[in-house]
Amino acid sequence: MGLTNILILTAMVALALFTVMTRSLLRAAIGLALTSAVLTVMMFRLGAPLAGVFELSVCAGLIPVIFITVISMTKPMKKEEAKEFAIERWSRFWILPIIVVIAAILLFTAHIKFDAKLPPVHAESDVRDMMWGARQLDMLGQVMVLMAGAYGILVLFKEMKKRW
Amino acid sequence: MGSLFILIPLFVFMLINLPPRMVMRKLAFWAVLALMLLQVGFVLFPSLSSFAAASGLFRMDLAIDKLAQMCLLSIAAVTLAALLTGRALITDENQSCNFMNLLLLVFIGMNGITLVKDIFSMYVFLEVTAVSSFILIAFSKDKDGLEGAFKYIIFSSIATVMILSAIALLLLVAGDTSFAALRAAIKLHQNSHVIMFAISVFLSGLFIKSGLMPFHGWLPDAYSSAPGAASVHLAGIVTKIVGVYPLIRIVHSVFSANVSTNNVLMITGAFSIVVAAFAAINQSDFRRMLAYSSISQVGYIILSLGCGSALGLAAAIFHFFNHSIFKSLLFVNAATVEAKSQTRDINEMGGLAQRMPVTGITSALACLSVSGIPPLSGFWSKLLIIVALWQANQYAYAIIAVMASLVTLSYMLTLQRKVFFGSVSNSMKGVSEADWKLLMPSIILVVIMLVVSLLFPLFLNTFLVPIGGI
Amino acid sequence: MVAIELLLPFSFFIALIFIIGLYCVVATFDLIRLIIGLELLIKAVTLLIIVVGYLSKHPSLAQSMVITLIVIEVVVMSIAAGVVLNIYLYNKSLDARNIRNLKG
Repeated sequence: MGLTNILILTAMVALALFTVMTRSLLRAAIGLALTSAVLTVMMFRLGAPLAGVFELSVCAGLIPVIFITVISMTKPMKKEEAKEFAIERWSRFWILPIIVVIAAILLFTAHIKFDAKLPPVHAESDVRDMMWGARQLDMLGQVMVLMAGAYGILVLFKEMKKRW
Repeated sequence: MGSLFILIPLFVFMLINLPPRMVMRKLAFWAVLALMLLQVGFVLFPSLSSFAAASGLFRMDLAIDKLAQMCLLSIAAVTLAALLTGRALITDENQSCNFMNLLLLVFIGMNGITLVKDIFSMYVFLEVTAVSSFILIAFSKDKDGLEGAFKYIIFSSIATVMILSAIALLLLVAGDTSFAALRAAIKLHQNSHVIMFAISVFLSGLFIKSGLMPFHGWLPDAYSSAPGAASVHLAGIVTKIVGVYPLIRIVHSVFSANVSTNNVLMITGAFSIVVAAFAAINQSDFRRMLAYSSISQVGYIILSLGCGSALGLAAAIFHFFNHSIFKSLLFVNAATVEAKSQTRDINEMGGLAQRMPVTGITSALACLSVSGIPPLSGFWSKLLIIVALWQANQYAYAIIAVMASLVTLSYMLTLQRKVFFGSVSNSMKGVSEADWKLLMPSIILVVIMLVVSLLFPLFLNTFLVPIGGI
Repeated sequence: MVAIELLLPFSFFIALIFIIGLYCVVATFDLIRLIIGLELLIKAVTLLIIVVGYLSKHPSLAQSMVITLIVIEVVVMSIAAGVVLNIYLYNKSLDARNIRNLKG
């Protein structure tokens, strides 16, 4: 568990925290994009290059674009309202970090054993062979999800121009 | 043969969406109708599909056993009812075509969930079904529908995240995601903390998806605010296939007496039965009351599943089938009443049986079946559940089941009395009987229910006893 | 046998991101922030799957799972965005407390 891994993971957690805590929605969307970018770096380090490329192009590109589109089309809350909501939220949920710390201490001292043996490893095929070979059903499922998404966009977005 | 259940509907779907739109729109309804009947035919007479031995086109690892057959039958029946209801209720041709296509997508997704032997593929088809259901709930784009759809999206996605993390942890231990590999791995390491954590997270995710208490936050809103035809489909079969069927399948095939999840299942089931039954008493919205009743009946299924014996499993599956039939019937009637009287508040309704005789009779039969009155089908399945519990020495749970059945009877009779019997209230003066297009789904469902009720001994021998020894 | 103990430090970070995402979903009034929190949860699960793939020496199975997951996530997000936009058209605001139309 190298030092670089720990650094990258800490950066990811910090960016996630920034995404949640920031008051401006636009910054939250950008924070999400940056979190995905750091996740991509982690993926490359852990030996998953193809998934990393997907993650970078989609989750750090397409999804923040969707978010920014939605944010720009809807009027966000005003600054003062956002501030008082943030204060109110903090006062309701101040107990949360304390619970997390206590839970962590409890788990640490409970000696959770990760004691399952890993199965023996045999030689593995490449990602592309696996996706199109062994997991064809998933590919079919993806095609169907995309068709469902197309219908969703058709149903949800079609008449919006009239009511805008 | 199993891949036909996915490939043929997919082919029809693509066919319906081909360029000559005018022609295809008119064709769509009949094509989907033919598909449903084809599915029922294939399940009941497997030899019809033996011509498709050349379906090695796709390499799919699918299996059909008795449990899958029951589920496929109920999927076809409820989708047929939803299709007919949608045809009658949705008048705009564009929207009607969209509705049928979405219904077909949910249908393919549910078939996929029922047939796969691999837990990640089950997740993929779960998402296909869920995504199409999101769109169906938000279909009419009114305020309530959108809110219900959004709540469903949030809860369903949280449940999906939990299921996925459990799959990832199980992948670590098992090396592969198919049911056989998982079963071998769980048998090998029974007391490992990683596996217990993964299983508990997985069960929580599935409880959220099936709407058991205390994870039922999305269910009453989604059921009551969806448009009429979509609610028939959602309440009748989608929630069950998406949440309850994976529970049955995983507990039966993957855990198979190596993991003691029985207590958790029974406690959650009993809790759902009792709390939902009491919550249903005070509702004034027709569909909300039916939604709480659904939660209660799903609790019965889970209670019977957790009892652990073969009879319990068979009773759970039988109640699954029965519930899909009579709950869809109730929702079809609710949609009919709402379409004719423009309201869902049962306090405003009254005496509709005089104006809508067919709807009144079918609704009365369905209410009696839910409450478990002999000789209707609900009575048989509840009897089997109680017998299974008694035989497994779970006397406390059996008594709870019987008591809750009385509460169910009381609120169902209240519903029936307030809506249909009594004198015609003032606001209901202008209501007339629904036209034949809207009556057809309720009549079909009632016929199925009566056939199952009266031919119960036949049903028992051909379908249920083999299920017990799957 | 040793590799599975490597899960522990990774799972610490994954659990942190999970808790942050869950906090975002639970503690916000704004619908768009809800969806962002959901995205963070999915990121945590993606990281978990990749770590599992790395530790069990099955990187290609994990990668195909992640690619499928990303495709599905995009579709779910776009539909959620569509629903949110339509809610905005009705209520002219995205404050979750204002849309508590249905009881409970």
